[in-house]
Amino acid sequence: MKKAVFVYSPEQLGYKFSDTHPFNHKRLTLTMDLLKNIEALDDLDIVPARVATEEELLLAHDPKYIDIVKRAGHGELSEAQCESYGIGTEDTPIFENMHEASAQLVGGTLTAVDYVMEGKVEHALNLGGGLHHGFRGRASGFCIYNDSTVAIRYLQEKYNARVLYVDTDAHHGDGVQWSFYEDPDVCTLSIHETGRYLFPGTGNITERGNGQGYGTSFNFPIDAFTEDESFLEIYEKSMREVFEFFKPDVVLTQNGADAHYFDPLTHLYGTMNIYREIPKLAHKLAHEYCGGKWIAVGGGGYDIWRVVPRAWSMLWLEMTDQQLPTGPLPQAWLDRWQPEAPVPFIPTWEDPNPLYEPIPRKAEIEEKNTQMLAKALHIIRNEKRA
Amino acid sequence: MIVEEIMNEEPYTLAPTNTVFEALKLMREKKVRHLPVIDEERHVLGVITERDIKEALPSSLRDEPNSPVFNAKVEEIMVKNPLVGHPLDFVEEVALTFYESKVGCLPIVSGGKLVGIVTTTDLLYTYIELTGATEPGSKIEIRVSDTPGILFEITKVFNKHHANVQSVLVYPDSENTQNKILSVRVKTLNPLAMIKDLRKEGFDVLWPNLPGVSLQ
Ligand SMILES: [Zn+2]
Repeated sequence: MKKAVFVYSPEQLGYKFSDTHPFNHKRLTLTMDLLKNIEALDDLDIVPARVATEEELLLAHDPKYIDIVKRAGHGELSEAQCESYGIGTEDTPIFENMHEASAQLVGGTLTAVDYVMEGKVEHALNLGGGLHHGFRGRASGFCIYNDSTVAIRYLQEKYNARVLYVDTDAHHGDGVQWSFYEDPDVCTLSIHETGRYLFPGTGNITERGNGQGYGTSFNFPIDAFTEDESFLEIYEKSMREVFEFFKPDVVLTQNGADAHYFDPLTHLYGTMNIYREIPKLAHKLAHEYCGGKWIAVGGGGYDIWRVVPRAWSMLWLEMTDQQLPTGPLPQAWLDRWQPEAPVPFIPTWEDPNPLYEPIPRKAEIEEKNTQMLAKALHIIRNEKRA
Repeated sequence: MIVEEIMNEEPYTLAPTNTVFEALKLMREKKVRHLPVIDEERHVLGVITERDIKEALPSSLRDEPNSPVFNAKVEEIMVKNPLVGHPLDFVEEVALTFYESKVGCLPIVSGGKLVGIVTTTDLLYTYIELTGATEPGSKIEIRVSDTPGILFEITKVFNKHHANVQSVLVYPDSENTQNKILSVRVKTLNPLAMIKDLRKEGFDVLWPNLPGVSLQ
């Protein structure tokens, strides 16, 4: 069996709010170009993203909302008319053909799902997806349609699968969590910067699901200024215990790359290290528990020059069992893109060490995170003992 | 905000002749910890709480249904003539009552009759809602001088960015009594442009702040 496919269509680049908006899918181009430069991505690995049908979008969204998105993208509605749907705001402005572009991102994730579930490949990647803030009838935080929610419902209906959703974006995966809050057959795990200052503000450890779904939502809010070691401790322990507890048939990972020190929108102090480790463990556990069935999507990532291309390349390299590179980035890639970039590139796969000034109170932050982890996992550790 | 808006309008109640056992059963079934005791005209005679019952029961008898305490009438252990509230009371007055008199609930009475109940849990939830924490948003804290018109200057900036303000809390500044801290929740994932403008207007924006670390 082929290891993995890379889902991509140029139409995915149509998801574009404006030239100055922080969500910028030029990062897809930068990532693919980097991978091609090191000969890690072949044209034969790439499969086109299909467009999600309206019926598929209805798995996660209200018909009225879909209609609003369509009409807004065709210039038929004013900002004021859309505002109560979260569209036409500073975060999620109206752009031309926004329905079509959004449906293409959702379709990409569905393409990835079908490839994996039909057994054509073990893993599949759709970097255009990961729009985890989208709600049933409302856009939020740069996300119009929630591709992961649609994909998980699709996995349930078409393949009758028990799904674990893992979200390592620096922002809480609220949209996906609330969609499956009462569903015992979908487990959501989100590691994110605490909502004390950061959007969306939710993702507390006390959000554990409701009704039948109680105990299948896991949140690990880490402190601002959290660094690599503490991030990875939380990630590794939570992943192992939640996989063991839930025993999913398939895992869907959301791979936002905004927990890096350089990211302008968050306050975590991750380095490229975490982006080497995150996919490794997801990959390993997918094989241990799910017969390898692993679908990965993108997500946040607002330093599109220095952070996202390197981070997402690691994801694809890990998925395809290629050795994770070290040392200098290809000169041709640096030469091609540096003139456009407003910041000087980091010329190597690793970040310089140290990347930033030491953090005061580092030990306390780590202690607080460890305490949080114990509280958040208490529910399953307890059950195990009983 | 007035009590009427947050009170439970259909509280479970007991008659004075109900037994302690019945009270405990109702509390367990309905997952409540306080029950007003009323007569036929819905006059409030007392309040019985889970704690009152526990205190009346020696711990060894708690699960012993034949204990005489279980068969006692609630009027024997209830708090008689409890503090009550009115539907038009302000929520903050009720909060102060809870804090000062250390009770966990207030029966709400109008025209002499029980019309609702408010518990500390209701009040806590109202507080959570007041902070805007139930809706997606980013929090921005701003240190301002305690002078008239400041809030107007700040809201001008949010207005310019077309930003939906979900809540505003005002705290005293522990470092300097001349200042106040405004804690504002705004419906946006990207508050950077607003922060930049607030700083341009001369405001002191406190960002996730740790002594010795400054962001941007
Ligand atoms: Zn994010």
